[in-house]
Amino acid sequence: MKATIIKLLYPFYQSLRDILPIVAVIAFFQLFILRQPLPDIVEIVVGALLVVIGLTLFLRGLEMGLFPLGENMAYAFARKGSVFWLLLFAFALGFGTTVAEPALTAIAEKAGELAAKAGALGDGEFVQRDYVLGLRITVAVAVGFAIVLGVLRILKGWPIQWLIIGGYVAVMILTPFAPAQIIGIAYDSGGVTTSTITVPLITALGVGLASSIRNRNPIVDGFGLIALASLTPVLFVMGYGILLS
Amino acid sequence: MEFYYHDDKSEQLMWQALTQSLFVNKLLATVINVLPIVTIIIGFQVVVLRRRIPNLKRVLLGFVYVLLGLVCFLVGLEKALFPLGELMAKQLTDPQFVFGNGFNAATVRHWYDYSWLYIFSAALVFATTIAEPALMAVAMKAADISGGAIQPTALRIAVAIGAALGVTLGTIRIVTGIPLHYLIIAGYIVVVIQTLFAPRTIIPLAYDTGGVTTSTVTVPIVTALGIGLAGVIPGRSPLLDGFGLISFCVLMPMMTVMGYAQLSHWRVRRKAKRTGDLHSGG
Repeated sequence: MKATIIKLLYPFYQSLRDILPIVAVIAFFQLFILRQPLPDIVEIVVGALLVVIGLTLFLRGLEMGLFPLGENMAYAFARKGSVFWLLLFAFALGFGTTVAEPALTAIAEKAGELAAKAGALGDGEFVQRDYVLGLRITVAVAVGFAIVLGVLRILKGWPIQWLIIGGYVAVMILTPFAPAQIIGIAYDSGGVTTSTITVPLITALGVGLASSIRNRNPIVDGFGLIALASLTPVLFVMGYGILLS
Repeated sequence: MEFYYHDDKSEQLMWQALTQSLFVNKLLATVINVLPIVTIIIGFQVVVLRRRIPNLKRVLLGFVYVLLGLVCFLVGLEKALFPLGELMAKQLTDPQFVFGNGFNAATVRHWYDYSWLYIFSAALVFATTIAEPALMAVAMKAADISGGAIQPTALRIAVAIGAALGVTLGTIRIVTGIPLHYLIIAGYIVVVIQTLFAPRTIIPLAYDTGGVTTSTVTVPIVTALGIGLAGVIPGRSPLLDGFGLISFCVLMPMMTVMGYAQLSHWRVRRKAKRTGDLHSGG
C-alpha cells in the first residue's frame, strides 16, 4: 500500500522539482525586489498547479507506453541491419516526436499570434492557423531530416563537428535572405524542439545504434543527434520564411 | 459546417460554447498532435517489426495519461507561465521601479539601468538548468566517458552558467536593439574556434548540452519574458525582437562546456606531466 502511494506520488514530486526553481526565483523577486501585488494571483496559482499536474500525467503516461516501446524499437531497428527501414524510422521518429512536443505547440501559436497582430500575415481567419501549422510541420520535417543525417553520421563515422560547422555556415548564408520577422523564431526553434518527448527517444536511437556497430564508442557516437536536431530547424524555418515572403 | 445553420438556434450556441471552451479546444488539438507519433510507433511495431505490443492495456492507459497531461499543461501554460513571464518583464522594466520617483519624460534610459532585469533572467535560467533532470543524466554519462576528468556537478554548473550568461546577453540585446543574428553568428564563430582546440571526446556532448537545457517549462516562460520585454521597451517590436532568448540559451552552454572540458583536460595533462617528470627524475 505504502509502495503504491510512493509510486503514484514520485512523478508528482519530479514535476514539482521541475517547476520549483521557477517558483522560488519569481517569489524571491516579488517579495524582496519588486514588492508589488501580483494581479490575478489565483489564476496564476491554478495555472501553475495545472502545469504540475499536466507534466506529472504526461511523464507518467510516456513512461508507461511510449518510452519503453520507442526505446525497444530504436534498439530493434538499430540491430535489424536494413538501412532503408532504419532511416525511414529515424525520420518518422523525429517528425512524430516534434509534432507532439508541447513547448513547440505553445511557441508556434505565440509566434502566429504576434505575426497576425503585427499584420505580417495578411487577412483571413485561417491564415494564422495555417502559418502556425506550417511552422510546426517545417520544424518537424527539419528534426526528421536531422535524425536521418545523424544516423547516417553514426553509420559512416563522420565527425559531428563538420556537420555542425557546415550547418553554421549555411545559417550565416541564409540569414541575410530571410525576412526580419522570421529570424528570431527560426533561431529559437532549435532549442524549443528538443524537449520532453524528443530527447529520450532520440538519445535511445543514437546510443542503441552506436552500441550495435563494432568499433564505435556508444557515448561519443551516440551523442550529437540532439545537436543536429537543434540546428536544422533554424535553417528550415528561415527557408519557410523565405518561401512565404 | 453548413448543416448547423438549419438547426435549432440554442443547439448552435451550445456547439459554439463547446468548441470555444479552452479545455475541449486543447483536447482536440492535442489528440491531433499526438496522433502521428502513436501511429508511427504502433505502425512500425506491428507492420515492420511484426511484433505484438506488450502490455497493450498499460500502453493505452499511458496514452490517455499523455493526452490528459498535455491538455492540463497547455491550459496551465496559458494561464500561468505565459502571463507570469510577461508580467515579470513589465514589472522589472517599469520606469517607477527602474528609475524611482524621479522619472520623467526627459530621463535618459541606459541599458545598464535594467540590472535587476538581467539578474532576474540569469537567476531564473540558472536555477531551472541546474535542476533539469535531462541534464543530470547527461552529466553522469559524461563523467563515465571522461574517466573522472569531468565531474557531473561541475559540468552542470558549467552548463547553467552558460545558459544564464546566454539569457542575460539575450535580454541586453532586446534592451539595446542589437540585431540578433550579429550576436548569434559571432557566437558560432567562437564555437568553431573552440571546437578546433577542444578534446575530441567532449565535442558531441558539448554540442548536445545546448539543446538539452531548454526544457518544456523553461521555454515558455523565457519566451514570454522576451516577448513581454520587447513589448515594453520603447522602440522594440515583439514580432521583430521578442524571440531569440532561447537561441542564446542553446549557444552559450556549448562554449562554457568546451571551455570547462579544455580546462580539466589541461589540468589532467599537467598533473600527468608532473608525475611523469618525478618518475624520470627519480
